[in-house]
Amino acid sequence: MSTLSERILKGEEGSFVDVKVDRAIAHDGTGIQALTAFREMGAKKICNPERITIIYDHIVPANNSTTADLQAELRRFVFERGIDFHDIGSGVCHQVMSEGRVLPGEIVIGADSHTCTMGAFGAFSTGVGASDMASIWATGGTWLKVPETINIRLEGRLPRFSEPKDVALRYVGMLGADGATYKAIEFTGENDLRMEGRLTISNMAIEAGAKAGLFYSDAETCRYLREYGMDAEPQRTEDCDYVREEILDLDDVEPVLAVPHRVDNVKPVSDLEGIPLDQVFVGTCTNGRYEDLKRFADVVRGKKVKVRTVVVPASRDVLLRAMETGVLRDIVESGATIGTPGCGPCLGAHQGVLGEGEVGLSTANRNFKNRMGVGAEYYLSSPTTAAFSALRGEIASPGVRP
Amino acid sequence: MIGKVVKAGDDIDTDLIIAGRYLRTKDKKLWAEHAFEDLDPGMSSRLRGSVIVAGKNFGCGSSREQAAIALKEAGVVGVVAASFARIFFRNAINRGLPLFEVEGPVVCEDGDDIEVSLEDSCVETGGERYRSLMLSDRMMEIIDAGGIIELRRRDL
Ligand code: SF4
Repeated sequence: MSTLSERILKGEEGSFVDVKVDRAIAHDGTGIQALTAFREMGAKKICNPERITIIYDHIVPANNSTTADLQAELRRFVFERGIDFHDIGSGVCHQVMSEGRVLPGEIVIGADSHTCTMGAFGAFSTGVGASDMASIWATGGTWLKVPETINIRLEGRLPRFSEPKDVALRYVGMLGADGATYKAIEFTGENDLRMEGRLTISNMAIEAGAKAGLFYSDAETCRYLREYGMDAEPQRTEDCDYVREEILDLDDVEPVLAVPHRVDNVKPVSDLEGIPLDQVFVGTCTNGRYEDLKRFADVVRGKKVKVRTVVVPASRDVLLRAMETGVLRDIVESGATIGTPGCGPCLGAHQGVLGEGEVGLSTANRNFKNRMGVGAEYYLSSPTTAAFSALRGEIASPGVRP
Repeated sequence: MIGKVVKAGDDIDTDLIIAGRYLRTKDKKLWAEHAFEDLDPGMSSRLRGSVIVAGKNFGCGSSREQAAIALKEAGVVGVVAASFARIFFRNAINRGLPLFEVEGPVVCEDGDDIEVSLEDSCVETGGERYRSLMLSDRMMEIIDAGGIIELRRRDL
């Protein structure tokens, strides 16, 4: 009896396996590094260009001429080689891949640490560096160590105002920032989590150091993929040996925050109310989906935010849907600023980086020191907590009307 | 290999090793010059010939390979830590930067001599010898070739 990782990787935990990569993903940041390594390897041909995707999301549109030159160089390469390419404005790579480009059981490798996001589909999906990516471009495969697995059973239903992001922060807080290093996490249990919520939960597996964060595909996975015209099969769970087992009762999950500068320093929002904010940021591969924007809009509709607020849809599809349903209009009318679909200020390069001494609240997944602005502090929360806080200009518990 | 100890703490993330603001270039020297800048601006000048001795979860966070490249380029001989984040681990191996995972604390001070050996999977400093995690054959093959680029250049 095997864990999902063992079944997909076809090896026992602890063994090293050579695998064929079903989807290989890089972005403008790591793609250019991979291209450099690819050339240094003396590689000529791309193996399986149809399995390789490059998505421009990190610094889009280019912020200066150095970035523009690097992006142009990689763009020339992908056009020459017929690689699946998504230029600026397409969205964050993990979001774009989640829109009907990954199937259960596939092996997905991305040159980005949050590639673990795609585990939500029951795929084995993990991040590597740029040289590994170049090697995959050249050979079509890579080696992996089959990880041990931690099981987290998510049981029950989330209360009103609590969200999948609160679940993600809770389990990262529980395991600690290195609690799952080298390991995979399998999320099981009887719950009613939808695909978008599972994506948020898998996305943060790396924040506990995990190699992958997997959900078994089920009727919900199949329903979601069918909307993108993809046929998928449910995966059955088997009895298997986990190195650690935890239960998280969703009914008990309250809105929480990760307090600077550690993502595993997780506290109830109610303990931190009233901390003044200089900026609220809603977006990223963690919480920039349509449902996240809608949650934000549902709170701010007809009101004005009291602090500068940046909202960045995670993809063009998300932006389009938000336009069609009026969610975008609600957000803009509330006084928030909309950015180009992509990573926005998440990696601290542009579009809303904080100044020294400023305090921000973000729906992203990392609050490392200086990441989103040198000398700044960032709290991490769900979109709903972000919305209530934006209306008050300070950290505020969801549900408490200003 | 023998080096001088440069100590670092727990959970040193790749943003701290090389900040995002320096990533939009291909200039390895620049990364080396700014290594650990947000941790300690003077640190990069002490890296040549050094062995970094850190706590747990070294290299967590972003997958940026520039973190491993910066350390290698700055002349770091090896990194000793209680544990490494796995993407950094792979990147370091791929860039030929030797890593030594040692359970429990390695007792040493900044500037001490320290000897590290991949062949013997051990670290020696202050008269004490510590066992380090043995690397797999696959990793040793990459390190012996000088990194994955050199290995592929040979094989492709
Ligand atoms: S949104 Fe942030 S965390 Fe996600 S891929 Fe972009 S930079 Fe990384």
